[in-house]
Amino acid sequence: MLSVCAYFHVHQPYRIKRYRIFDIGNDHEYFNDSSETDLNNRRVLAKVAGKSYVPTNEVLLGLLKKHPEFRFAFSFSGVLLDQLESDFPDVLDSFKRLIATGRVEVLADTYHHSLAFFYSPKEFKRQIQLHSETIWRLFRVRPHVLRNTELSYRNDLAKWAEEYGFEGIMAEGWDHYLGWRSPNFLYRPKDCQKIKVLLKNYRLSDDIAFRFSERSFKGWPVTAEKFAHWVNAHHGTGETINLFMDYETFGEHQWEDSGIFHFLRALPGELMKHPETMFRTPTETVRALHTVGEFDVPHILTWADTERDLSAWVSNDIQRSAITELYALEENVLRTKNEKLIEDWRRLQTSDHFYYMCTKWFADGDVHKYFNPYASPYDAYIAFMNALNDLKLRIKTRIPARRRTPAVV
Amino acid sequence: MRVLMFGWEFPPYNSGGLGVACSGLARALAKENVDILFVLPKHIDVSEPSIRFLFAGLEHLQFKGVNTGLQPYRTASEYSRFRALSENDLYGDNLFSEVLRYASLVPQLIDGETFDVIHAHDWLSFPAGIEAKRITGKPLIVHVHATGFDQGGGAHADRRVWRIEKEGMEEADMIIAVSEYTKRMIVLHYGISPEKIHVVYNGVDADLHTGTPSARVVSPLKLKVPGYKIVLYVGRLTLQKGPDYFLRAAALVLKHNPKTFFIIAGSGDMERQMIRLAAELSISANVFFAGFVRGGELERLYRSADLFVLPSVSEPFGITPLESLIADTPVLISKQSGVSEVVSHALKVDFWDIEEMANKIISVLRYPPLKHELSREGKNDALRLTWERAAAKCVMLYRTLLAMIQT
Repeated sequence: MLSVCAYFHVHQPYRIKRYRIFDIGNDHEYFNDSSETDLNNRRVLAKVAGKSYVPTNEVLLGLLKKHPEFRFAFSFSGVLLDQLESDFPDVLDSFKRLIATGRVEVLADTYHHSLAFFYSPKEFKRQIQLHSETIWRLFRVRPHVLRNTELSYRNDLAKWAEEYGFEGIMAEGWDHYLGWRSPNFLYRPKDCQKIKVLLKNYRLSDDIAFRFSERSFKGWPVTAEKFAHWVNAHHGTGETINLFMDYETFGEHQWEDSGIFHFLRALPGELMKHPETMFRTPTETVRALHTVGEFDVPHILTWADTERDLSAWVSNDIQRSAITELYALEENVLRTKNEKLIEDWRRLQTSDHFYYMCTKWFADGDVHKYFNPYASPYDAYIAFMNALNDLKLRIKTRIPARRRTPAVV
Repeated sequence: MRVLMFGWEFPPYNSGGLGVACSGLARALAKENVDILFVLPKHIDVSEPSIRFLFAGLEHLQFKGVNTGLQPYRTASEYSRFRALSENDLYGDNLFSEVLRYASLVPQLIDGETFDVIHAHDWLSFPAGIEAKRITGKPLIVHVHATGFDQGGGAHADRRVWRIEKEGMEEADMIIAVSEYTKRMIVLHYGISPEKIHVVYNGVDADLHTGTPSARVVSPLKLKVPGYKIVLYVGRLTLQKGPDYFLRAAALVLKHNPKTFFIIAGSGDMERQMIRLAAELSISANVFFAGFVRGGELERLYRSADLFVLPSVSEPFGITPLESLIADTPVLISKQSGVSEVVSHALKVDFWDIEEMANKIISVLRYPPLKHELSREGKNDALRLTWERAAAKCVMLYRTLLAMIQT
């Protein structure tokens, strides 16, 4: 048998508005841009929901009705769910309907789409818990498989996940760590006994997510029939094809006129034309399959760029200083016991803020620029640091100086 | 390949960008094995062995920086004002008659010279270029470093300047613009077809034309006091350069960061007005007018500053930010500039958005990682902009032009 295990990542950050030096001490709302730009979170989400979430949910619901065998998973960020709950409850309901079928799994994730594991394991744990509680409150399901922000992964994260009680964990199926081995099996993370790692088949995943409408791609046009053929070619050489991608792939990154919805509608039927191909959710996969070897990742592995590391988020001085200063506030922020303040601090942890500060290929006008709502990485940094300095002031007014740790000066 | 090049000024007898650009480009072209015959209106002592100079003999013409030790006169109104103040008014009524006299001297000047292409820099030398084309039938390239609209602050141009510019652009077989920004202006205000215009970005000399390696130790400025930050403006004090926006932003910065000095290096017809404005804004104690500064002194200013600001209202290119980056100081540049097209690692702002200008100035002063990232990466941007690159593009255009004419 060959199972197809798909998860779609659904996330939108709270982007920081053009927050100026003069706003420090006067304006404590960092995320409420109301302009006609892509810093207006509500406006962006309305666009993304309309072009992607709503129509894709509809297609998937239809597929679940049509094919009793069809199943898949979602990974939601908490900040996305917050935004849906407060501004777009109808969209949230359409997700609820999918999950209510019982054939759509929800993965564990950091609530704030943060890189907390690498900066504060304590904070990381709190965000995993917060996320699980919210998933239970909204969808009445409990996650069993962990997917960390940006698919970031390291041996100690797997170990942590095992101790926490997760049965599976996600990672990029990157050749550097796999060597000659295939991502289409389950592996045992190094130093772990029970937990299994599911590796993304990045070639097949990216054929959809990145290359679907790329005319220079030799497989173009990607049809459901063709793609099913590529997947089914793995019978005998693999046990699971893990297709992981951003949910916005459907309708946002790949526009409707590319034929992406038509493709999605036809895909499950095409895949199941092979009698030995089936669908499994991540939890079903880890429960059904055995591991075939060890996966040893001593350094941080992510989905991103050709480096597959965190360099898109924390490689230059401004990124590193911003994230370090942010986490240095942890103790004092928590000590304020002020919910709004703590939540603002957490929203600033969302990895997107640091991604916007990336200068790696800034000059080339590539994908980083496309996804950047700021005119430049420096503008992103300035807005972030100004907001952070306002946050510091708010901490000061709430904790007497002698009880503060030196991080806030 | 031999090129007859017409200019107006040449370092060290230059007021600013035009002379620097002409010299940088001519020297780099010489390295590309192009013979340069560089024509200037009057005799000056230039030691540049790779270039042969011809001087038209307008010996009474006063170069900025020479006789007055002060201001340039790139705009006609500035020139008239300057001339009105000048005692030895021995020739021509105004700049326009000088420009036409320059052209009238061309026939005798180029008699017996051979060349393949004529290349004229800015409107001051366009009539001379047209004259050379008329006599020899050789193709003409006009190189637009600035238009009358830049000098008029973006929206207006002196009619007389405009007419000379337009004639040059129309007579030319090809136009070189120093930026897309300038190319758009040429299309919009002079009705020239965009296909005729090619963009060649200026370069910058990694040694800042001081003749000394940039790594040398520059003695620090006296203003460089611990705890104080320095924000620098370098440029003529004219409407085009936006010094008033700089001062208004300075006043906002000082409200939040009182320990900041602002240095204004340059002179021009707005100098007195700027001194008054600083007083009106009650920031005179923190603003220093350094006058026209060049060479090693200028490099010292660049190196002492924490941030360089180019607040231009309309800047065709703008070499000074590149010089600042070479001297390891980050830059905040007006979006209404050509240089903003080629430097990614700079802060950018609309010249009129004083609040945003102040916001960005303060951010650089307060957040050291921002300053370091901008200066390190920005310097790489600047180092990539060599005159060699500009010269190679010019050579390519010369060849294209000659091939076009043969067919």
